[in-house]
Amino acid sequence: MGTLVEEIFSRKTGRTVKAGDIILVDVDYIMSHDNTTPLAIKAFREIGKPIYDKQRIVLHLDHAYPAPNILAAENHRKIFDFVKEQDLPYLFTQGICHQVMIEEGFVTPGAVIIGADSHSNTYGALGAFGTGLGSTEIAVAWVTGKCWFKVPETIRIELYGQTQPGVYAKDVMLHLAGLLGMNGATYRSVEFGGEYIENLPIHERIIFSNMSTEIGAKCGLIAADEVTIKYLTEQTPALERTKRPLEAIQPHNPRYEQLLQIDVSDLSPQVACHPDVDNVKPLQEVEGLEIHQVFIGTCTNARYEDLEIVASLLRGKRVHPGVRVIVTPASQRIYKKAMQNGLIETFIDAGCVVTNPGCGACIGRHGGVLAPGERALTTMNRNFIGRMGSPQAEIYLASPATAAVTALTGRITDPRRYL
Amino acid sequence: MGKAWTFGDNMNTDEIIPGRFNITTDPQELARNAFCEVKPEFAKNVRPGDVIVAGQNFGCGSSREHAVIAIKGTQVKCVIASSYARIFFRNAVNLGLPILECPEAVAGIREGDEVEVDLSTGLIHNLSTGATFQARPLPEFVLKIAEAGGIIQFLKHHDFQELMGQTGKK
Ligand code: SF4
Repeated sequence: MGTLVEEIFSRKTGRTVKAGDIILVDVDYIMSHDNTTPLAIKAFREIGKPIYDKQRIVLHLDHAYPAPNILAAENHRKIFDFVKEQDLPYLFTQGICHQVMIEEGFVTPGAVIIGADSHSNTYGALGAFGTGLGSTEIAVAWVTGKCWFKVPETIRIELYGQTQPGVYAKDVMLHLAGLLGMNGATYRSVEFGGEYIENLPIHERIIFSNMSTEIGAKCGLIAADEVTIKYLTEQTPALERTKRPLEAIQPHNPRYEQLLQIDVSDLSPQVACHPDVDNVKPLQEVEGLEIHQVFIGTCTNARYEDLEIVASLLRGKRVHPGVRVIVTPASQRIYKKAMQNGLIETFIDAGCVVTNPGCGACIGRHGGVLAPGERALTTMNRNFIGRMGSPQAEIYLASPATAAVTALTGRITDPRRYL
Repeated sequence: MGKAWTFGDNMNTDEIIPGRFNITTDPQELARNAFCEVKPEFAKNVRPGDVIVAGQNFGCGSSREHAVIAIKGTQVKCVIASSYARIFFRNAVNLGLPILECPEAVAGIREGDEVEVDLSTGLIHNLSTGATFQARPLPEFVLKIAEAGGIIQFLKHHDFQELMGQTGKK
């Protein structure tokens, strides 16, 4: 009974929980990556107790993999050694942690998944409770199998209408970030719903859950419906790994702290401008701004369908000579499909650099670093100062379509001109 | 008693400690670069016992504990903010960094003011102006972790279940 987050926690704890309750929850999976696992190992050693259940621990090397420097290599070494020492079953090196979690079937409706990464909210797109925590709490969960939560109040965002051609889910989410602000949902669960969301395929729903982090949310949930079940059934690992039958989860007689209703029909392409993710403007206000690097990647927008949009706009053309264009598929699986269907060839012929899957340029530590005074337009989720390299560089966030046409002109460009 | 260092709203983890320094977890090492882009003079001049005073949503952004470790490394007495980002709040509690929530104090303290803080009562005294502020009390189970010096210390001597009293189920 209640909001989606109350529903998930009630099912999980076997009793009715309400916003404000403090609960101790049995977690399904505990995720961490090369950036956060070393600290968790350190905390684990300090606690000095054995691992509670190895099957719940999922590790990824994605933030800087393969290692770009000695320190990163040492971090990877620590993790490989730990996996061997503890005989852990799950260590992945095949792409961005959040994408791989979904592809490998760890994310199912009703699951509670904690991750040592702020974008663990991503799992909400499949009706799972996903949230980011620090490394110490990850180690605590390794040894206890549990985590405490204060059940959050919920802000429900109802979206209706249909976007215009050239306007994508990313534009809608950027618009919401601008509307709510970076502090707009702090400590809250954000529930995305309404006819617009119900009609979205999973790869676009993910954008909303993923970027709920940017407005401070504890989780960004979307009801699990037939679309969710169908998506998961088509992926064998999900069926093999899930301990429960795949079931729809909807809110029941919910009480919301806040309810927003937004019509997306008239929305134009949006850009989050330097230096804050809530500094969002309609694209036309910044159109023509010179761009030095375009980065198409990350857990927000580097899925196969995103790459398809980019390829359709670049096919048979060359990117502007003054722009570095980097394409980083979110996972090996996506990379392979893009290769089989000729997308990679299109990118290479257009003059893009295609890198191995992973976080890549997103954190300025693995290629694609920005120089002082440079300006990047990317499909990322956040544009913090200094994130991609020099603190004197500027980062602009947009949809894959906007990124593609901007790559062609070297200036922020409206994708609707290319329809 | 210590000096106040003031910061604005939405200080994110990259501003507290830029990602490029996160290749270490050594508190002193991280402290040397704390806030290096937003307030370059901070790391050089901060003294043990000083206080960080910040606006809303302090510590937003990454889940990295480096931000909390960097601040701990500066040996400030505590952070006083109008509000905290969710993960930062948990990380601070878990790692034993004292944090107080008090928008009134944030409005009533300027850079360089001499500030005295009683962590046990949450009383904040601005010696430069004479004003006194009362911080919001922390939830009881958070206090238990804080009193133990962080979650690791707590778990060494207690069961996780104890945190919840009777509410922990399963
Ligand atoms: S792609 Fe970027 S935002 Fe996503 S997990 Fe990696 S570093 Fe974080």
